[in-house]
Amino acid sequence: MDAQVETATRELSYAQAIQEAMAIAMERDERVFLMGEDIGVYGGAFQVTGDLVERFGTDRVMDTPISELGGAGVAVGAAVTGMRPIFEFQFSDFATLAMEQIVNQAAKMRYMLGGAVSVPVVMRFPAGSGTGAAAQHSQSLEAWLGHVPGLKVIQPATPHDVKGMLLAAIEDPDPVMIYEHKLLYKMKGEVPEGYYTVPIGKAEVRREGADLTIVATSIMVHKALDAAKQLAEEDIDVEVIDLRTIRPMDRQTIIDSVCKTSRLMCVYEGVKTLGVGAEISAMIAESEAFDYLDAPVVRLGGAETPIPYNPELEKATVPQVDGIVKAARDLVTGAR
Amino acid sequence: MSATAKKGAAKKDGANQPFIYRHYDQEKLRDALRKMYLIRQFEEGAEESYMRGLIHGTMHLSIGQEASAVGICLGLTDEDQITSTHRGHGHCIAKGADVSRMFAEFFGKITGYCRGRGGSMHIADVSTGNLGANGIVGGGLPIAVGAALTAKKMKTGNVVVCFFGDGANNEGAFHEALNMAAIWKLPVIFVCENNGYGMSTSVARATAVPNIADRASAYAMPGVIVDGNVVSDVAEAMHEATERARNGEGPTLIECKTYRYRGHSKSDRNRYRTKEEIEEWMTERDPIEAFESQLMEFGVIDQKGIEDIRESVRKEIEAGIEFAKESPMPEVANLEKYVYTEQA
Ligand SMILES: Cc1ncc(C[n+]2csc(CCOP(=O)(O)OP(=O)(O)O)c2C)c(N)n1
Ligand SMILES: [Mg+2]
Repeated sequence: MDAQVETATRELSYAQAIQEAMAIAMERDERVFLMGEDIGVYGGAFQVTGDLVERFGTDRVMDTPISELGGAGVAVGAAVTGMRPIFEFQFSDFATLAMEQIVNQAAKMRYMLGGAVSVPVVMRFPAGSGTGAAAQHSQSLEAWLGHVPGLKVIQPATPHDVKGMLLAAIEDPDPVMIYEHKLLYKMKGEVPEGYYTVPIGKAEVRREGADLTIVATSIMVHKALDAAKQLAEEDIDVEVIDLRTIRPMDRQTIIDSVCKTSRLMCVYEGVKTLGVGAEISAMIAESEAFDYLDAPVVRLGGAETPIPYNPELEKATVPQVDGIVKAARDLVTGAR
Repeated sequence: MSATAKKGAAKKDGANQPFIYRHYDQEKLRDALRKMYLIRQFEEGAEESYMRGLIHGTMHLSIGQEASAVGICLGLTDEDQITSTHRGHGHCIAKGADVSRMFAEFFGKITGYCRGRGGSMHIADVSTGNLGANGIVGGGLPIAVGAALTAKKMKTGNVVVCFFGDGANNEGAFHEALNMAAIWKLPVIFVCENNGYGMSTSVARATAVPNIADRASAYAMPGVIVDGNVVSDVAEAMHEATERARNGEGPTLIECKTYRYRGHSKSDRNRYRTKEEIEEWMTERDPIEAFESQLMEFGVIDQKGIEDIRESVRKEIEAGIEFAKESPMPEVANLEKYVYTEQA
């Protein structure tokens, strides 16, 4: 892997950063190609592939029929035999149709064959709620895949990270699942030009603080940072960790932080029960940080319901800034 | 068994008229026309409400495809069931739903068919036999087969119609569902509304056979191709399929060749098809215009009658939008209601 020399930056949207990463990868490596539904002339449901088909042609930006199980499986087969496919699910929800190939095949092939092969496939999953698309187009099922050994599961939260982590994913010899929150696609941020990678499996401390550790994923990182800003005005000093990868999880960064702040809150959009926060909480309970805890761990996750269509109900299903502020205040002041 | 084209040619045994004029009374035919207006004006009203910010999210309009929804549902009862698709407003109305409650659903109101939880993509009216639109392409296919299995086991005599698009025929669920329906000879009619594209991908680029009906032979059922913009042709094919199903002879696959005028959804730049192609379908093959002139030709209705129906539909749509606007929102406190069945 090249050294991480970061050159000039400019502002790009999250979607543009993904597109740029894919273009760089295709230029650097003949084996890289894209597959997905309506990623060619349509440009992808969220315009992430955009005009790439004009630059790279239909052999490298391949529209598939509406066949998620088959498409994902074809990507797995191509990866095992020497190609570097990037497979786009139009919505992450449709990965449920492809679970067989992801969970039984991609994740296990190397292991079952005693290390004789690798499966260097990348799959992209536009996820999350907030678009009024209701129950079958708004889910956050990343914890499902996080439960499967053999997969790596990442959730970059910024344009900078999504480009670098996608480039790292493409070079990774194992299957990498990348969850992209749909509401992040238009978000802008500074992105270095050219090639660089951001490591998979490494969390990032986005804000340092002394009173409370918030571990957040994806879009919740931004909500947690907004909440932290408000809480600072009340002299509550929050540390915000952007988890970035849910498998393999960067335990040490979280443990170190909790040893420092003595309080932990997990914020994630997936359904609260049996979600990412459950793993983080249990991991802390098992670690040396447990002795440092001054208060019970708090999880803020999605409500125990499918995502509703009505916008007010939809908002109420996932953690919002106000809720984070209140829960954090209660946790730190002992009001709970 | 290969696909057989049905051109709606008049049979020589009865009056020399297309099927529906021999089979249904004039009242029924005028009602069919009314339903087509209702579908079109409902979708135009929904589109306008969306532009004005009264409806959020996205929606898939079936403007241009009204003849298939109406022709298929013409002979069904409220007890016969359908499974619908993401492009399901027409199916819902054709099966007998009330547009007020549909609008209310689109506006996210508690008075909507799904109490504001579903929206356009999950629109349903179980009371008239519509088991629901579906956000998952191909999602309704096995469900329709299951409903037909119930009909067979419970000997209800009902049939089930499974609407799906050309794009859905490439999902595994399509193949698994058709096979089971055939081996168990279930009373289900698979209705493919082939509008030429699955989102941006044409049938020619996505499907290995030229017609979706060609797939039927792999599952030993009749595959019938009709002009999906001609109500009588659709209804005639449907009538035969229904007879077959009710007689215990098993499923049929009907392919309605049609076209959607609007983009795939609210975010479509229409880059994959030409303006000329859209224009040609709109001006030369519009299903409503065709039906109007045929009804006039056979003396079922005159210009005044047409105007009257259009006007009454306009009023119904206006009232529906008003009802939706005035209806209350669902309560956030009830967010988790309907996740499970309430039990005493
Ligand atoms: C399993 C699944 N894959 C992809 C999609 C996204 N999607 C929604 S509609 C559609 C096109 C469907 O085409 P077709 O079946 O021909 O129906 P039409 O839209 O033309 O009515 C696609 C790709 C989806 N909703 N579900
Ligand atoms: Mg289609």
